[in-house]
Amino acid sequence: MNRTVYLDHNATTPLHPAVQKAITDSLGIFGNPSSFHAYGREARAKVEEARQKVAQFIGATADEVFFVGSGSEANNTVLSILPCDKQSCVCKMKTAQRILTTRIEHPCILESAKCMKRRGSDVIFLDVDQAGKVRMDQYEQLLTQGDIGLVSIMMANNEIGTIQDIRTLARMAHEHGALFHTDGVQAVGKIPVDVKDLDVDFLTVSAHKIYGPKGVGALYVKKSIPFCPLIVGGHQERGRRAGTENTLGIIGFGTAVEMRQAEMADEESRLLKLKTVLRDQLAREISNLRFNGHPTDCLPGTLNVSFEGVEGEAVLLYLDLEGIAVSTGSACASGSLDPSHVLLATGLAAEQAHGSIRISLGRDNTPEDIEYTAKTLKEVVRRVRDMSTAYGADAPQSSR
Amino acid sequence: MADWVYTEKVKDHFMNPRNVLSDAENFEEDGRGMVGNIKCGDQMLFVIKVDPSNQTITDCRWKTYGCASAIASTSVLSEMVKGMPIEHAYKISPKDITQELGSLPEHKIHCSVLGDKALRAAIDDYYQRTGHAEKIVKDEARVICQCMNVTDHEIEEAVLEGARTYLELQEHTKLGTVCGQCQDEAQKLLDQYIQTHFS
Repeated sequence: MNRTVYLDHNATTPLHPAVQKAITDSLGIFGNPSSFHAYGREARAKVEEARQKVAQFIGATADEVFFVGSGSEANNTVLSILPCDKQSCVCKMKTAQRILTTRIEHPCILESAKCMKRRGSDVIFLDVDQAGKVRMDQYEQLLTQGDIGLVSIMMANNEIGTIQDIRTLARMAHEHGALFHTDGVQAVGKIPVDVKDLDVDFLTVSAHKIYGPKGVGALYVKKSIPFCPLIVGGHQERGRRAGTENTLGIIGFGTAVEMRQAEMADEESRLLKLKTVLRDQLAREISNLRFNGHPTDCLPGTLNVSFEGVEGEAVLLYLDLEGIAVSTGSACASGSLDPSHVLLATGLAAEQAHGSIRISLGRDNTPEDIEYTAKTLKEVVRRVRDMSTAYGADAPQSSR
Repeated sequence: MADWVYTEKVKDHFMNPRNVLSDAENFEEDGRGMVGNIKCGDQMLFVIKVDPSNQTITDCRWKTYGCASAIASTSVLSEMVKGMPIEHAYKISPKDITQELGSLPEHKIHCSVLGDKALRAAIDDYYQRTGHAEKIVKDEARVICQCMNVTDHEIEEAVLEGARTYLELQEHTKLGTVCGQCQDEAQKLLDQYIQTHFS
């Protein structure tokens, strides 16, 4: 294998060298941040320093940010607020019980929404258009029908990269008295996000998508917004998330955010240029393909493409053999029978979703990587199509 | 590099698939079978050449729209059947193919099921073309759950896709979710298919 190219940054990212250093430098810090003695105070200071960095990065104050174990945990926490059955709970300030979310959310939102449904909350899943944008007419209509307690809409989609107009969506939700949550796992650290500017009530952030460590995320909860914890049994994080803090993870998270603050603008515009080169080259050299997602309102480094007549997992594994790591919306790779729910929601036919590849760029990628990827992908698609029943002479007309 | 999710043999057949049908080759077939559906993510085409004097498959080609194990399993099947009497080839099971490959990830086994089905369809086509339609074994599905119209074939399919308990079978097929009378029979078939494919 001559070259390795990691193009799956929406799945996870390698640690930024500065993050790696911050964590290894801190390996000796073992005190419990809740302890009053010197050991505890040392850990506490590090946790608070990181909190300050995360808060500043998203335009919040430190007391509005608390650390959690993952983006999934943060999302589950927010969705569990509405069906809370403790009468004394502050979240009972809200009475409206309906949850409004979209069909293209991450499974951690979709599944917890379904869970809330089983517990008696009414959950409505919004449609999206072909580019993956929330259909505003439907959104307005559902808000007007009333009784919406919480709206949860992801800022940027993990599969197709489509960025929603969160400011407008949040304003509309507030006009109808609903709380607004956005899953910012893919967006924060790739595009500028300011919670005050967007005026959201909750925002989910994850460290490992932005060159931080796995197992740590953050939830922003706007001051004075009703909230109740998902994990109880300790006073950590000001009672909002029980469990001893993941000190090392949090330290790494803080540094990751710091690095993003310094590098994001230049880095993401570089990735956008690389992606554009890749997209243009694929469009020139491979026939019968389509790019999925929004042409402009898209994460800079995310490119989702469907190749007619090919099955994505085969492409993924042939690329893997050539040292290139991507992901696919094909059912085969997921172990389920259905291809990507996101691509289907944008109106793609099942076979187009099966033939999709997600390429997500990151800070280590070079122009040479892109050149190699375009060349290899062209070859792989040709190879898979050559043995495909769904392409060329043997393809039934109905599938063309 | 970390361990490949498939065995070395699967990898070999995936990287260098044998007997792929090429449009340029003009393969003169005696039987052609196509099964599966690209909407579901897997489709298989199998074509065979038969020596009528001894009813043996002399050559074959295939194409697939499918994942790595679909490619590898059909490739290995194409090597297995050359020189094989059609009566014998007719009885090749998914398990035979999986064994030949070493092993496949469990959730992938439904892919290789298509290889033998495509081969059987090609043999059926050969029988049809040569005036031996009586040899075609009708593999008719039997409805087990009357309420939800679920057949034994669908139960088998669910097992191949990973259902191991009655509850999982219900999640896959919706079987027994109305009157529930078919539970005992469904459970029996479930056990039987697990035994057949995974023991």
